[in-house]
Amino acid sequence: MPNTELNKIKTPRVAITGMGIISAIGNSVESNKKALFASENGIGNITLINTIHLDAIKVGEVKLSNEALISALQLSENNNFSRTALLGLFAAKAAVKNSGIKDISAYKTGLISATTVGGMDKTELYLKQFESNPKIQKYIASHHAGDSTQKIADALGIIDFVTTISTACSSATNAIMLGARFIKSGKLDRVIVGGTDALSKFTINGFKTLMIQSEELCKPFDANRNGLNLGEAAAYLVLESEQIAIKENKPILAYVSGYANANDAFHQTASSHNGEGAFLAMDKALQNASLLPRDINYINAHGTATPNNDLSESVAIKRIFEDKVPDFSSTKAFTGHTLAAAGAVEAVFSVLALQEQVVFPNINFETEIPETGLKPVTELKRNQIQNVLSNSFGFGGNCSTLILSKA
Amino acid sequence: MKNCYIHSAVSISTQNTFETKGFLTEIVEHSTKKIEAIHPNYKNFISPSSLRRMATGVKMGVAASSKALEIANLPQPEAIITGTGMGCIEDTEKFLNSIIANKEKFLTPTSFIQSTHNTVAAQIALGLKCKVYNNTYVHGGLSFESALLDAHMHIIQDEAKNVLVGGVDELGNEFIDHVMMMENNTENGLKVPFGEGASFFVLSSDKFENCIKIKAIETISSASKEGLILRLKLFLSQNNIGPKTIDAFVTGQNGDGFDTYYDKASTLFPETLNLHYKHLSGEFYTASSFGLFIATQVLKHQTVPKSLINQGEFTKPIKTVLLYNQFKGRDHSFILLERQ
Repeated sequence: MPNTELNKIKTPRVAITGMGIISAIGNSVESNKKALFASENGIGNITLINTIHLDAIKVGEVKLSNEALISALQLSENNNFSRTALLGLFAAKAAVKNSGIKDISAYKTGLISATTVGGMDKTELYLKQFESNPKIQKYIASHHAGDSTQKIADALGIIDFVTTISTACSSATNAIMLGARFIKSGKLDRVIVGGTDALSKFTINGFKTLMIQSEELCKPFDANRNGLNLGEAAAYLVLESEQIAIKENKPILAYVSGYANANDAFHQTASSHNGEGAFLAMDKALQNASLLPRDINYINAHGTATPNNDLSESVAIKRIFEDKVPDFSSTKAFTGHTLAAAGAVEAVFSVLALQEQVVFPNINFETEIPETGLKPVTELKRNQIQNVLSNSFGFGGNCSTLILSKA
Repeated sequence: MKNCYIHSAVSISTQNTFETKGFLTEIVEHSTKKIEAIHPNYKNFISPSSLRRMATGVKMGVAASSKALEIANLPQPEAIITGTGMGCIEDTEKFLNSIIANKEKFLTPTSFIQSTHNTVAAQIALGLKCKVYNNTYVHGGLSFESALLDAHMHIIQDEAKNVLVGGVDELGNEFIDHVMMMENNTENGLKVPFGEGASFFVLSSDKFENCIKIKAIETISSASKEGLILRLKLFLSQNNIGPKTIDAFVTGQNGDGFDTYYDKASTLFPETLNLHYKHLSGEFYTASSFGLFIATQVLKHQTVPKSLINQGEFTKPIKTVLLYNQFKGRDHSFILLERQ
């Protein structure tokens, strides 16, 4: 069904009125944008975690230490924030500020955050000291995945609906999707959605055992791609019902116009050869947005640079778009794969693409994957962009797609 | 807007709730501070090759969900939604300990692969080859309620005709001892043991005679006692329910200092039968899914086992049940059930 005026009247549109981000390419939306425009990646050697894999991997670290984040957030010395919570609060605060929210309780406001590691960065340091060292026992309570979300909610004064989603690398996309459903149903007027994940020894070693971590800069969609670079980040968007954004005379950055969640039901960690889950997510998202494949002007792909994902995703993209694949790129070579935060990081980049009318480049690409022959955009490209489709797929077959549209 | 009905409720818990037709006819007394679930023979539900790799929570979740689908006579749900507070803590501990013990060398991926919070929902989907909406909530004491809220929204907004939803948590072997240590050091700590379990439900928009309707569900991240009472009153009035309509008020009382929230809330229902369950199930982040299970059984069987009664007497048919749960004074939830 085409996107007619009639359809738009039926359901309230979900407006994005603010965003905040901290990633390997910058501590603000502006600095992330600058790096994307300049094709400057944030990938390098790991400095903040003591691991034996120091020389064997490249990662996308946030350039602020915990101490710097604690000071920026003006937290007390005896706080029990994990790095996940520090990054999360930093980005969520920026999103609220960007949205111009003065009184958080003026409207019924919720918070939906995503994480996979939660407080693992502290647990992996202190597991064997918890019993004997009273000083670090405060981190026992910050291990569980909901902790960072509770801390963000409390700091922002959000008392109503607050929850945390964890569907591996599609987590934040599901958080954005749930937020949009809440706005459309009228259950919430406003909701802050996104995700946060810090780098940890746990995930570094986990991905190491799967042998899908590259020793070099990752090369999404390249024939010779040899794995991903892990990253850490937090990103949040403020979603509001369009009526409220208009009533408050707020600038609308973009709209969430479609979303879908499907499961590949193929393997706990690997994607199916025909990209069924990815195909279903994209197909359902297009239907949800009442758009046709030809209405999509840019795909911000999941594109982790693992042999399995990029082939499976390419196959799914070809199944949806056939011989008219729109401009596409993966931005993971800039930030690394930020796991639960990835969907929100890439939603922020998709909004920037809509605002600036540009396609961000898929850096480090050289050779097309022979099976599909798809070539991503490799240089910053100016183009008319009305709708961006953004994919996030994860372990457990969790596949989710968002469609964001120009304001 | 559609209505949302419970078509099946299944629980693997620290009580005999899974392989029995009766409803808490014999209570299992536990004397330890950490109690394991009573496990069924998982071979009846899961293939031996899959079973070998599965940790306790995954086994409990897959078996409970499989039985919930069977009772509801539903081969494939249109959404699979789970809640878990600690996730796959067994495999998390296993992988973490091998990192520590082997100094990051000679690691194998199995426990890492199975350590992600969405493993239960993923394994259910994989087992059923079910490609529908699949989500996992991991928000402490609201993990299950968030899943239930999403499931409820799916049904009432007609996004799905039937949904599989459940809460699951496993004890694990190590981290729980640190949690218990902290709890023991707290004044007014838990008086019930720590437990584990999996409770799964099939929700549907189809009505049948005497079925149970989920009238409403609400979650609140933080509230003072006074604020909570106001929210509870508002919740009831929004659902056109007076305090006297509630036939049973089920609380998540666990004996800790925050039970005062339940005491305060109970003052709204002075004449109502007051039930509790965590002394039977143990406390864990998704223990409230056991609470929903027992509430559905009370409504279905129209009996109230003595062990559930905190205050009052079971005297009349039970039609409307309100559940209230919180954890450590935050993460409050109300669930309103009504027998049709």
